[in-house]
Amino acid sequence: MNSLLNVILTTDFAFSVLRVTTPILFAALGALISNRAGIINIGMEGIMLVSALAGVIVSAYTQSAWVGLLGAVLSGTLIAGILAFFTLKFKTHIILGGVAINMFASGGTVFILYLLSGDKGSSTSLASKVLPSIDIPLLQDIPVLGPILSGHHILTYFSILSVLVVYYLLNRTPLGLRIRSVGENPHAAQSVGVSVVRIQYSALLLSGFFASLGGAYMSMGYLSLFTRDMIAGRGWIAIAAESMGRSTTVGTALTSLLFGAADALSNALQVLKIPAELIATLPYVATVIGLIIYAVSETRKKNKKLKATITK
Amino acid sequence: MFKVKYFEAIRTAAVIVIALIIAFLIISLVSDHPVKTIGIFLWEPLSTKGHIGNVIEMAIPLMFTGLAVSLLFRANMFNLGAEGIFYFSGVVTTALAIHLSLNSWFHPVVAILAGSIVGALLSAIPGILKAKWNANELVTSLMFNNILFGVGLYLLNYYLRDAKAFANVSFKFEKTAQLSKLFAGTRIHTGLIIVLVLIVLAHLFLYRTKWGYELRMTGVNRDFARYSGMKTAKVIILVHLIAGFIAGMGGSVEVLGMYSRFQWTSLPGYGMDGALVAMLAKNNPFSVIVSALFLAYIRIGADMMSRLSDVPSEMISIIQAVIILLISAEQFLKFWKNRMLLKEAKEA
Repeated sequence: MNSLLNVILTTDFAFSVLRVTTPILFAALGALISNRAGIINIGMEGIMLVSALAGVIVSAYTQSAWVGLLGAVLSGTLIAGILAFFTLKFKTHIILGGVAINMFASGGTVFILYLLSGDKGSSTSLASKVLPSIDIPLLQDIPVLGPILSGHHILTYFSILSVLVVYYLLNRTPLGLRIRSVGENPHAAQSVGVSVVRIQYSALLLSGFFASLGGAYMSMGYLSLFTRDMIAGRGWIAIAAESMGRSTTVGTALTSLLFGAADALSNALQVLKIPAELIATLPYVATVIGLIIYAVSETRKKNKKLKATITK
Repeated sequence: MFKVKYFEAIRTAAVIVIALIIAFLIISLVSDHPVKTIGIFLWEPLSTKGHIGNVIEMAIPLMFTGLAVSLLFRANMFNLGAEGIFYFSGVVTTALAIHLSLNSWFHPVVAILAGSIVGALLSAIPGILKAKWNANELVTSLMFNNILFGVGLYLLNYYLRDAKAFANVSFKFEKTAQLSKLFAGTRIHTGLIIVLVLIVLAHLFLYRTKWGYELRMTGVNRDFARYSGMKTAKVIILVHLIAGFIAGMGGSVEVLGMYSRFQWTSLPGYGMDGALVAMLAKNNPFSVIVSALFLAYIRIGADMMSRLSDVPSEMISIIQAVIILLISAEQFLKFWKNRMLLKEAKEA
């Protein structure tokens, strides 16, 4: 037990929690926005994978990390746009649309990778660029806090900033109000003149935007190259985090951090000989338990209400 | 010829044609010898007995998961848990195939039944949560996929793994556990008979029994079914049990029929493919056979293509995505249906 505490109670561990939380947080924020508009986007994994590859390819050919990031974001948003076009215009079922996006991404990225680099495993032969990490002046000199909070990848800071942006967007802007009203009751929203389809388009595009930032982080920060299936379930963890965070910005951010900590912990727990395979399932187990508790309490509430109206 | 009756069939055909055209476009863009490559993609799966065998072998697991998913979709349950169950039942069967010693008749039967029952019980969990507390079966089943994969991989790595093998694989199965081959020169195994029997049973169940009727009605409108006196909660749990049983059996049969060791270190993807098969089959048991064969055919075609030409087989996942997007698109070609309806109304 002591050896475990020795691992956890270090600034390195806290630093790595933030590092592994970043992609989960980005995608969870994306899932949050589309969910609030009443559409479950399960294509997160696929969008992240595509944008991770696009970031590598564009940065390798332009030799600029920033143009690479732009490419990643554009391609991720484009994939979300395709999903939106099919679900909103052609009325494809959103879940099946998401399944299609994931299928497309897992094979399509390998296909394109092979055509460009002749390798199906990773992009080692492409000289891609990495976005910089930033030392924050003053903060980096504070003991304890400095080594934890300073020196992170620029997208890590951006992900924390995004929490504030999404909170502001959803709760303080007209677009946010419309997104929430469409999610709550599309017919009511329609009746007061809100274009439901247009709002859902915006929400899906925004969710693609945030997910692709998470994807770009994976190949241009977390690692410095693209490898096959590199998202490795982070998109699903993000959906779990959003679900467990009960579709609130703060809740989603906190659960993402919790799941990030669980991820970082899985390395630390190997000291205690707890298998990594089982620790990897923790976020999903937690989400199922969270869902059950919520569903049971909702049903009880409903039954109570029903009884109350009957006795009246 | 263009009657509204046939609209669904015409639309499915249109989707397949579009998907194939996209496949040809991709091949033309990528390949140095497009015509030859397209020829390989289209005809190579039929060229030899062995290749035809490959198509049928590939279709067997797709039929299992396609059948399981189509029953769930029929009850309007959006459960994608077949993926995790397929994997985990494979692990359960592996354990029994390694550690039991029975004769070659009972061994596969016991191992497969155990895998199927475990699958049914696991599948019942999201079903019960949905039926009793209305917990979203989609989210729980997706979470279960990841949980079952994690636990299955743990069992493989810690209890079943053969340390002497070079890769991350289990010990060899007992010879008695493996399914026997049906045709010499191919690897088509007795699993084909099992799945065909299951499909007939599923058809009879859906269209000839009271339970099947209740299942279909619950799928059309759960509230209506409840108000007319059906116990929809029971129906939902039942369909989850059956679908889990079938998906689990699929995983078990695939493991014993095609391999001599368990070797999946990632989810094999048959569960999600099952959703595609079910959609192509319009959730109809008999059509599952055709759509599974179709999917297996283009996959084997892509596989041959990557071996014999310069186009990688991953192209097929792009084609699959196109098929899913279009086949489940309610509005796709709807204008045409409307036009046909108008015309027929005028004629009448």
